[in-house]
Amino acid sequence: MREDFREILRLVRPGARVIDVGCGEGELLELLVREKQAQGRGLELEASGVSACLARGLAVVQGDADRDLDAFPTRAFDYAILSQTLQATRNPRHVLSELLRIADRAIVSFPNFGHWRVRWSLMARGRMPETRALPEPWWSTPNIHLCSLADFNALTEDLDLRTEHCAALARGQAARPIDPARGIENWRAENALFLLSRRQPDPEPEPSDPPRDLFGS
Amino acid sequence: MDGSSEIAAQDSGVWAFGPDRPLALDSGSRLDNLEIAWRSFGTLNADRSNAVLICHALTLDQHVAGTHPVSGKEGWWTRLVGPGRPLDPADWFILCSNVIGGCNGSSGPGSVDPATGKAYGLTFPVITIGDMVRAQAMLVEAMGISKLAAVVGGSMGGMQVLQWAADYPERLEAVVCVASAARHSAQNIAFHEVGRQAVMADPDWRGGAYAEAGVRPEKGLAVARMAAHITYLSEAALQRKFGRELQNDGLSFGFDADFQVESYLRHQGGSFVNRFDANSYLYITRAMDYFDLAAPHGGVLAQAFQGARDVKFCVLSFTSDWLYPTVESRHIVRALNAAGAEVSFLEIESDKGHDAFLLDEPVMDGALRGFLDSVRRRW
Repeated sequence: MREDFREILRLVRPGARVIDVGCGEGELLELLVREKQAQGRGLELEASGVSACLARGLAVVQGDADRDLDAFPTRAFDYAILSQTLQATRNPRHVLSELLRIADRAIVSFPNFGHWRVRWSLMARGRMPETRALPEPWWSTPNIHLCSLADFNALTEDLDLRTEHCAALARGQAARPIDPARGIENWRAENALFLLSRRQPDPEPEPSDPPRDLFGS
Repeated sequence: MDGSSEIAAQDSGVWAFGPDRPLALDSGSRLDNLEIAWRSFGTLNADRSNAVLICHALTLDQHVAGTHPVSGKEGWWTRLVGPGRPLDPADWFILCSNVIGGCNGSSGPGSVDPATGKAYGLTFPVITIGDMVRAQAMLVEAMGISKLAAVVGGSMGGMQVLQWAADYPERLEAVVCVASAARHSAQNIAFHEVGRQAVMADPDWRGGAYAEAGVRPEKGLAVARMAAHITYLSEAALQRKFGRELQNDGLSFGFDADFQVESYLRHQGGSFVNRFDANSYLYITRAMDYFDLAAPHGGVLAQAFQGARDVKFCVLSFTSDWLYPTVESRHIVRALNAAGAEVSFLEIESDKGHDAFLLDEPVMDGALRGFLDSVRRRW
């Protein structure tokens, strides 16, 4: 099992409502449904991924994290998962705040651009890094908004998000809990995984409120 | 009641409800001596939990699979219904009924009005998608099925399945809605109006009483079909099939069918009048135009699905469908999410236009197979 999947399974509460944004063929979602009895939903861009999810009996909506999270009502989920996708979105800041609109908690993982291999590659060769975590050349990479652990940490502060848990992930190794504010981790962590929540939760909507739009959301 | 109560592996019939079971209509009037023509495949299991209702589109009928008794052609969704197909009669009891207002055995404007002994014509009450679904619910109930494993439909069939979800959510496990919408758009209504006007402009229409005169408004109905048929295709599909290819060498400098596309449309219109009734076309297009699932719920579509949060939905659309474009399906998905229902959605890449739902689309078949298998695994 992928080490980030194992860490996500550990973090998600049994029976939770979970959306996996960019769920691919539904591997993680199926694990969450099977092992955590989660009420799992997926959002996936590729038709082939959506078809594969349907064949697994999973509920998945075809869509784009940048554009289609607005199809989900506020606080519809306990967890919104964005695994290795944030850096490929057009507007990561918007996506992150949308995740924490539709869910109480977000689990976000991304490759750390501050990792020493990346720094070394750029410094020594003066060219855009190609590493295990970032294997494509600059002109074909889907990753358009790369950030370091420290950058992401600053964004969560800016959005007034609480980091409930943070782990460093490397292929073939167990997740290692870290303090994202420690500078050394910005060198060491190949991939980072955050469990985030809002510092100031939105007030519960008044049940008597008239619906705001055609969809009542 | 001449409808059979024992349902064989492949069966068909007309369920006739007695005068004691009139159908109350949305218009406020009612339909007596209701008849519903149906066809089924497969066998109901002991606990009657394996029934799937297929809802047909505007000009189709109950012959979803098998051989059509009149045309001798294969059923319109044979691709999906049959041994080894997503709806396998070995697993499912598959039921398809002809909608009321139609002309393939169910009560419609061509039926005999018991009050006068003559064909209804335009005295047949105007019906809605809701009325069609209420009639289907009566049929399903009469067959002893209290809960459907799924209702499945494309285009107008998709409208019916959404209506089922709004009106009878407790009688459903799952809903499949293909290439459809929760309301008819102004453009859809506009095209339908062209068709209706063509029918009514035909001198043989005779105010809808053509049956008594022994004539049929074939020209008007053919034009209606030609106009509608264009909306079912896409520019890419028309271009690929015909382009500007000519029938013969050179232009005729007249008004015969010079272009292959003209000849194709004339053929579509001509063959349609042999299998469809002009008044039924008026009634059913009207029912579709009136369809707006959110309207009775304060304009909030999510409210229509409030009771359906335990129903599993699968919504499919096609990229080149400009009659029921993907944005309409996304509206449905968004409302279902807002209502808290479990919904899956896939937009299928196709250049075949709206008709893609009837054509060979392996991605659609795969998605349906996956979804229906997951429904089946639940029982």
